[in-house]
Amino acid sequence: MSSEDVYILGIKMTKFGKHKELDTLDLACEATFAALADGGVTMKDMGIIAAGNLMGGAAPIAQLIQKQAGQTGIPAYNVSNACATGATALRVACMSVKAGESDFGLAVGVEKLAGAGLLAGGSRKSDGDSWQRSGRYGAVAPVDGRIGTDTMPGVFAQIGMEYGNKYGGANFELFAQISEKNHGHSTLNPLAAYSKKMSLEEIMGDLMIAYPNTRPMCSANCDGAAAAVVVSASKLATLSLEQQRRAVKISASILTSDPFEEACQVLPNVNTLTRNAATQAYEQAGVGPADLDLVELHDCFATAELVHYDNLMLCEEGGAVDFFKSGAPFRDGTTPVNVSGGLQSKGHPIAATGIANIWEVCHHLRGEAGPRQIEGAKVGLAHVIGLASACGVHILEKSAA
Amino acid sequence: MAEQIPFVEYLTLGDDPHLVAHECTGCGARFFDRRNACASCSGTDFKPARVATQGVLRSFTIVAFAAPGIDVPFVSAIVDCEGTSVRANIVNTPADPENVKLGMPVRLTTFPIGSDSEGVEAINFGFEPAA
Ligand SMILES: [Zn+2]
Repeated sequence: MSSEDVYILGIKMTKFGKHKELDTLDLACEATFAALADGGVTMKDMGIIAAGNLMGGAAPIAQLIQKQAGQTGIPAYNVSNACATGATALRVACMSVKAGESDFGLAVGVEKLAGAGLLAGGSRKSDGDSWQRSGRYGAVAPVDGRIGTDTMPGVFAQIGMEYGNKYGGANFELFAQISEKNHGHSTLNPLAAYSKKMSLEEIMGDLMIAYPNTRPMCSANCDGAAAAVVVSASKLATLSLEQQRRAVKISASILTSDPFEEACQVLPNVNTLTRNAATQAYEQAGVGPADLDLVELHDCFATAELVHYDNLMLCEEGGAVDFFKSGAPFRDGTTPVNVSGGLQSKGHPIAATGIANIWEVCHHLRGEAGPRQIEGAKVGLAHVIGLASACGVHILEKSAA
Repeated sequence: MAEQIPFVEYLTLGDDPHLVAHECTGCGARFFDRRNACASCSGTDFKPARVATQGVLRSFTIVAFAAPGIDVPFVSAIVDCEGTSVRANIVNTPADPENVKLGMPVRLTTFPIGSDSEGVEAINFGFEPAA
């Protein structure tokens, strides 16, 4: 063990779904105390807290959590990175531990979204009485809907269709089959917002949101929180054997943003920054895609999952359609993808997602995933992407202890 | 004839409607929005560049749920205009996957989107099938 290594000591996600009786802080504290208990530590042990809550307003969520869970005076970082907010919070905690500033770090992501409708984006003001130019395009009225779309289902539909244009084979039915896979996986996940198996006919016949994404092919807005406690390798060595046995090694923790390319300001390019993050992560961890026993990737829409098979290099470049058709990403396949049910079934409480994906992987690496356990899982990858854009990739390994 | 204004500043009207991008003189990157600098090379010198009015449909979606006031369904698309990517709606064809196909040739067209209280007409652009 090198002293710079960082481990997940405790991690938990709440049930995702509707929590009418619980507010944002209830959910955040539930996840926080569950993660601390899972790691056998308390708030007093933490040297840093990083937390995110994207849609909840301007209040500093980290300090709000401290004011319920324990005001110990430690540095608090409030992070905001779209759908990569949770992964960013974890990354901040990891950096602090890696830098030797803290022995233990806490990362929390929480969101209250149930009833918010589809992850739409594209809010717009009403048109004025007389044309007046505003904004960076000098538009006389909102451009969303008049010059393309800003809605998330539409943007990610175009991202999937662009892949189809480049490599062929990606059509409505194929994207719906990806969704069918994830809804099938979700039946084994008691914490998923939706855990109902859906047939291909049901998925394709459901309400069209933005072709080719129908409603069940879109991530479900819901309430939820997730929290993780990280620890330095040297500190972990002083803890109990049980804590060491359940600790999960963070073999790679990477965050990238989107580098400039032609068209990237016309349609967000979620490909290059994911490929860059994956490349760096594989190098840092010293593992390759073939070593992965499971992958949780950011299937905010069925059209997104396809492109990330390729971006994470789970298949040859251009080979995502064949990869899916081979059965590889099914739970009994060679590279199980989204055995949690993915965001389409599990739900997508934005700031919680980047930690919940890591919890899912840890759950399997610890051998604690019950009926949905991927047998013998030793290495896993968790990926999230937030538009505008940020990509988090973490590679996790079963503890050798 | 009513006074007409372009919907966005990067649309030029007249007998030969076309889009004009800000082209970085350092690296050639093109942008449609007001710039502080170039996202590719950080240069600050730009020149206007006419964008081709012919293109190929590189991606699209058919949006069924949109902001209030936007007619649905509509086709949102990314058009490759001879190397410059443009975001626009596909118009003058039914909004369904039988009539909108990846790789199909399209051309720029303009149309009024309404008049303000002083009778000034705003003209937007879109792309229509060119075949
Ligand atoms: Zn430049």
